[in-house]
Amino acid sequence: MFRIARIAPVIVALLMPLAAAANPALEAVIADNLDQIERPSRQTVAPLVAEIAATGPEGLALLQAWSARELALTEDGRAVITSGDAPIDAVTGDPVTAEFSGLRPNSGVRGLIDGALVVSQLSDPDPRIRSGALDTLARKADAEQLAALRGALDDPDPAIATRKARLERLLTIQLGEDTQNRVQAIRDMSGDVALDFRAALNPLLATRIVAAADEPAGNIKRELRPGSDALTREDAIAILVSDGVLQPRLTSAEQRMRLAANIVDGRVAGVPVSTLDDPDARDRAYETLEAQGAVPPAATEAETEAALQDHDFYAIYAEPDAAVTTAAEDALTRTGTRLAVMKGFDLALDSLSLASIYFLAAIGLAVTFGVMRVINMAHGEFIMMGAYTGYVVQTLIADRTLSLVVALPLAFVVTFAAGVLLYRLVIRHLAHRPLETLLATFGVSIALQQLAKNIFGTQARPLTSPRWLEGAITVNDVIGISSIRVAIFVLALLFLGLFLFIMKRTRLGLEVRAVTQNPGMAASMGINPDRIAMMTFGLGSGIAGIAGVAIGLFAQVTSELGQQYIVQSFMTVVVGGVGNIWGTLAGATMIGGFSKIVEALNPANTLAAQTFMILFIIIFIQFRPRGIIPQKGRAAEV
Amino acid sequence: MQRTPFILRNPSVLALIAVLAVFTAAVTAASAAYGTGLLPTSMIKVLGKTLCLALAAVAMDLVWGYLGILSLGQMAFFALGGYMIGQWLMYARTESIVAASMAANPIPPTPAELQEGVAGQIFGVVGSTDLPWAWTFAHSLPAQLALVVLVPGLLALVFGWLAFRSRVNGVYLSILTQAMTLALALWLFQNDSGFRGNNGLSGLQNIPGLEDVGQARLSVWFLWASALALAVGYALAAWLMGGKFGSVTRAIRDDETRVRFLGYPVEGFKLAVFTIAAMITAIAGALYYPQAGIINPAELAPVASIYLAVWVAIGGRGRLYGAVIGAVVVSLLSSWFTGGRAPDLNFAGLRMAWVDWWQVALGLTFVLVTLFAPKGIAGLFDILNRKAKS
Repeated sequence: MFRIARIAPVIVALLMPLAAAANPALEAVIADNLDQIERPSRQTVAPLVAEIAATGPEGLALLQAWSARELALTEDGRAVITSGDAPIDAVTGDPVTAEFSGLRPNSGVRGLIDGALVVSQLSDPDPRIRSGALDTLARKADAEQLAALRGALDDPDPAIATRKARLERLLTIQLGEDTQNRVQAIRDMSGDVALDFRAALNPLLATRIVAAADEPAGNIKRELRPGSDALTREDAIAILVSDGVLQPRLTSAEQRMRLAANIVDGRVAGVPVSTLDDPDARDRAYETLEAQGAVPPAATEAETEAALQDHDFYAIYAEPDAAVTTAAEDALTRTGTRLAVMKGFDLALDSLSLASIYFLAAIGLAVTFGVMRVINMAHGEFIMMGAYTGYVVQTLIADRTLSLVVALPLAFVVTFAAGVLLYRLVIRHLAHRPLETLLATFGVSIALQQLAKNIFGTQARPLTSPRWLEGAITVNDVIGISSIRVAIFVLALLFLGLFLFIMKRTRLGLEVRAVTQNPGMAASMGINPDRIAMMTFGLGSGIAGIAGVAIGLFAQVTSELGQQYIVQSFMTVVVGGVGNIWGTLAGATMIGGFSKIVEALNPANTLAAQTFMILFIIIFIQFRPRGIIPQKGRAAEV
Repeated sequence: MQRTPFILRNPSVLALIAVLAVFTAAVTAASAAYGTGLLPTSMIKVLGKTLCLALAAVAMDLVWGYLGILSLGQMAFFALGGYMIGQWLMYARTESIVAASMAANPIPPTPAELQEGVAGQIFGVVGSTDLPWAWTFAHSLPAQLALVVLVPGLLALVFGWLAFRSRVNGVYLSILTQAMTLALALWLFQNDSGFRGNNGLSGLQNIPGLEDVGQARLSVWFLWASALALAVGYALAAWLMGGKFGSVTRAIRDDETRVRFLGYPVEGFKLAVFTIAAMITAIAGALYYPQAGIINPAELAPVASIYLAVWVAIGGRGRLYGAVIGAVVVSLLSSWFTGGRAPDLNFAGLRMAWVDWWQVALGLTFVLVTLFAPKGIAGLFDILNRKAKS
């Protein structure tokens, strides 16, 4: 309605030059139907609307105004359009000075008027109006409007022309005049994955279930067997009961109630009450009562079974035309196949984004584990620390983009320092005692977690992403990915590149690799293993901090943030194999992909997905105990 | 060669039994039901639960201190034991309630109706009225008691077999046990896995058939049972680890490859110790949760298992009394500090509530213990011994 109200002035303005020429046909129609115009009824107004529309542009302008509740009548029976700057006569276009009273047609009448208007709007010079008319038709249309649409298929605007052609096919599926036409329309669109095509097919394929002794008339989809997935036994019985061929069955509660109402001297129909804890005894008692006429008859199990045997059940299409339903089923199957492919693609995108998160979270862990054989349980808390750094920076710098630019390196610096500190104070003193390192870093982890809770409170802190990271990239109705996940993917790629560069092209990387392979030999070559270990530990922790900022952008920042990712990060490292960045990448891809696939198979239950993922990992470890890309050589024998 | 009697070789068993006897006698004398009433019932429950935790710590020590596997999945066995006994407690109690309410009907209920009523009562919260397959034996106490040890034992056996045969060890194995616990917790969290999702099993403190006894006396009974279980479990562990079996176990801890070269079936030993420890842990859990009253999947959080390791480490791993001391001291201190009863500290106008800072203190203490006192509290005994000798 608002749309029409908005465009009505445009129409009026366009018509202004014509206004001087009176429209005698319209004048006559108005004069003849004053009563109807003043108090229109939905049942009878349709011919009048058609008559007015047929009188030409002035008539259409009047309908516009009428529908927008901007039409009024003067006392001497002239129609006045009030939508412009000044009220004008609907027939002549002259300004009106006389008194007039506005008309308020109800929504039913306005719907009818709009329907009639749509036809003319389809070839309106204004593309917005044409496009609006298509919207209206897409919601609801009849055969006449379809014919009008076919007449107006040519359009100067190619986008609207495409839409018109598409809408014509869609409407033909529902409203086409003969089978061949409709089947052709379905075939033309077969395989289309858009929602509107599926929505057009679904009503054609709706079925109802009918019970009959012989094969019934109608467009039968198939015969159903009671007790199958498509038709449960209870549903079949309910159909028979509602058809009146079977007496309603008793629920056990009803049976009990009626038996209880007929207790005489501790017996029901001769059966002692104390033995009624047996269903058979109850049935016997009830049947005796039924024979006595004391209780209403009810179907016994045997009667129900017989009725089910006597009847066959059929699913019948609401659409009577078999050729159409067959074509629709085919089209839907083809659409389903294409949809599955696209969903697979969408799933791959999802998996990739999850994998990049796991990769970011695990890469630091893998570095420290690879070089020092040390599992840093506080790694999750470094992620949390990075996220909180991002939050603090955001409270200080209002500009989102700038704060992110500051937060990323700052998070690296903060967690790098924390990592170095942890190394100097704790891990260095626990060399060659990996299990104890695990526990000591766990102590650090619970202390840090509680510390964060004490400082920032238990409620989640927001870390808002900049405007340009909001929204999503959508390809069609099925495939889409949010920009933030793309950004995280890019970040992960960036880190992969950076990491490879450091490891393969810098002095530090060379020394790290040397220490990883053989610490003793590296030391005798003048490398200080202690310094290298400290640097790697800091580097790994720093990457965790940056991962924290990235994760904080889409997850809530709480003191438990790290905990949610730590187990997955461990899994990534274990599955991928130690001491190799490609292994971590493979592990992250595998875990991300697997959890998304399980989730897609069972979307209602993400917990089950995680359970299966972990079970899968436990079994996977059976076959590749050292990960996808195992470490080779002397370093592996630790 | 004359073998020294078991007790003489393990003086700590006798000491523990003596301490437990004195402790239970003292608590009984101070209880409201059998003595002066000095200790409130809730306190007695805390003490009883602590004894169960100590038993779990003994089992943890078997696996970690003696076998060298840092299992981060012990709480999975502990909670499974609790779930198994909880099934019977909840089923039997609900059955008696439902039967009582159905007895008011003029027509006696059929067994099917009774079961339907019980299932509706128990699983109404997760929107189901059917009894899941996992509750097949829930009506029978002997069956569930057997399941208390069988289910965790089987889980440990299967998991251990898979893990040990592929030679997963060290940190990898720790992470894998943690993953197992997490998987189990996530599974239990689901509403349709048949264990009431995150509601868990509740009302476990009411023992069916003993409604008239009252919590005051029940708590003392459970304390006795827990003390007995701890004594028996401790003696069993001491006996196991005192003989040749124990020697091989410790040898595996110190150098697995060498033991394998000597011809011992290393995997078999590991599997045996792992499974026995799981069963002991499960018994501890089965005694713990009726005193706690409620069990839910949060009990299996990976952190809980790590805490168990923390206790053993602080107490002193590699000796059973260390595990007991660690569990008792740290868990009692924890409940004291987090219970809000400890006085707040004042640092130059900075007020620090222990509720907020206990975790921080515990974490740091723990780091300090690993760094400077790897033998834990039990290491003090060594120092005392040395002084006594010199």
